[in-house]
Amino acid sequence: MENIHACFRLEWPGFCLDLDLTLPLTGVTALFGPSGSGKTTLLRCIAGLERAPHGRLTVAGEIWQDTRHWVPTYQRPLGYVFQEASLFSHLTVDGNLNYGIRRISTTARVSMEHAIELLGISQLLDRKPDRLSGGERQRVAIARALAVNPRLLLMDEPLAALDLKRKQEILPYLERLHDELKIPVLYVSHSPDEVARLADHLVVMETGRVLADGPLVQTLARLDLPIHLGEDIGTIIETTVGAVDDEWHLMRVDFPGGNLWARDSGVPVGHRVRVRVLARDVSLADRLGHSSIQNVLNGIVDGIGDDQHPGLALVRVKVGEAMLVARLTKRAAASLELQVGKQVWVQVKSVALLE
Amino acid sequence: MPLSDSDLLAIWLSLRLAGTVTLVLLLVGTPIAWWLARTRGWWKGPIGAVVALPLVLPPSVLGFYLLVAMGPSGPIGRLTQSLGLGLLPFTFWGLVVASVIYSLPFMVQPLQTAFEAIGDRPLEVAATLRASPLDAFFTVAVPLALPGFLTASILTFTHTVGEFGVVLMIGGNLAGITRVASVLIYDHVEALEYTEAHRLAALMLIFSFLVLLAVYAWRPNPKKGS
Repeated sequence: MENIHACFRLEWPGFCLDLDLTLPLTGVTALFGPSGSGKTTLLRCIAGLERAPHGRLTVAGEIWQDTRHWVPTYQRPLGYVFQEASLFSHLTVDGNLNYGIRRISTTARVSMEHAIELLGISQLLDRKPDRLSGGERQRVAIARALAVNPRLLLMDEPLAALDLKRKQEILPYLERLHDELKIPVLYVSHSPDEVARLADHLVVMETGRVLADGPLVQTLARLDLPIHLGEDIGTIIETTVGAVDDEWHLMRVDFPGGNLWARDSGVPVGHRVRVRVLARDVSLADRLGHSSIQNVLNGIVDGIGDDQHPGLALVRVKVGEAMLVARLTKRAAASLELQVGKQVWVQVKSVALLE
Repeated sequence: MPLSDSDLLAIWLSLRLAGTVTLVLLLVGTPIAWWLARTRGWWKGPIGAVVALPLVLPPSVLGFYLLVAMGPSGPIGRLTQSLGLGLLPFTFWGLVVASVIYSLPFMVQPLQTAFEAIGDRPLEVAATLRASPLDAFFTVAVPLALPGFLTASILTFTHTVGEFGVVLMIGGNLAGITRVASVLIYDHVEALEYTEAHRLAALMLIFSFLVLLAVYAWRPNPKKGS
């Protein structure tokens, strides 16, 4: 049973957490939602830092909490990264990393070197936390959580307290984490961009409840969640770099059933790239004409839903294996006589590479 | 002019008393301060008030109640007698017990403030790094509260050295047993030995000033934490 089963009910003044959730124990699962939606509380319940009175929690078949059992936080094999780095100020970076390591069995002490290397902090080991930049501190905090060789890594908006520059500094490390480690991660975020870049599985939360959960690509293509994603609604396509056009500085990314041209970002041919297409950058047509838009694909309308504004519609189109969502006016949808199953030309104005 | 033997005896007694009381209060006051800093229960108010009581009570009031409690028919007196320890008033250990109560807030309050300043987060971090609550207390809370421990110990020590009213009520004035420096100054003044009184008083003034200077100089500058 390689999954997490969590069932929590928690009532505080002005807030109620109420969910029954099964999450995969592989890859990165993003807990996404606005502030106050209960993502952090859920994470704290899973860590045992918060105790929901009648909660049940099973991780990989092991009971961490039910009516008769309660495993205290320090006996749960997890790692936790808080929003602020929260390093121990009385210890050096090395002391911080060793704090957890000294408390785990010797056979599990293999991950420290790897964590130091992965987060690029080997030159910082002798420093005290107050001599580190915000980004460095958060990297040390992540390494410290990894060093205890956790079976589950919990991250509570690890980038939220950082400015854009520091975020850009840490994101590549998180992506390496995602690519190189087998540790399952629960990642709390309210940033659609971070979710699109890092997650494999998505849980959308609002006011303490789960609105949707499922694999990232499918969940993002759902038409009943636009309110929560707002301007950032869009879909993800897993692609492989197929060709590079040196003359025009473009590269072609392929996916089963189609391909797209994007600006050449230097990724070598054959590498996997995650691509994001926002609904506002997709338009539909029933015949081909000359256009500045280079990416034109043939697809089949898969679903039509309402957008936030009464004049707008969201149309999901299947292109090969990939899903794209287009945002158009309802008048445009009517004049194209769109309906599920109809063939359309999909014009993609902009493609964002997430790597 | 050198100090007389009785002066030296009194000073030594003061230091021995203050040292013992500080050690006892480190053991007794730390858990009380920890509990006061961490609890959210309604008991926090009443217990906090009881701990602070010696700050406002006249030493004679406190001394009087302690004398009665430690006397032959008081609860503490009965306990010490049944344990074969005899009675505490007019003994060194009687002074220790009284001073522990009298100096309690000087240990508990700085510690409580220091523990509260740490907050929950470092302890939560310690828990996610496999440290049990007791482990986290000694390896995270105590090191982070170290300046608080220094301040609390120094204030307790100095306050005990400067104690007078409670000592007189509980200990009386027995040379080498309960006649501490502050009591000896009183003796000197009573006997109109102003030179001797001056000497001892000046010594205590300088001592107190230096200790407080150390406390304030030690206090780390408020820096941006991590």
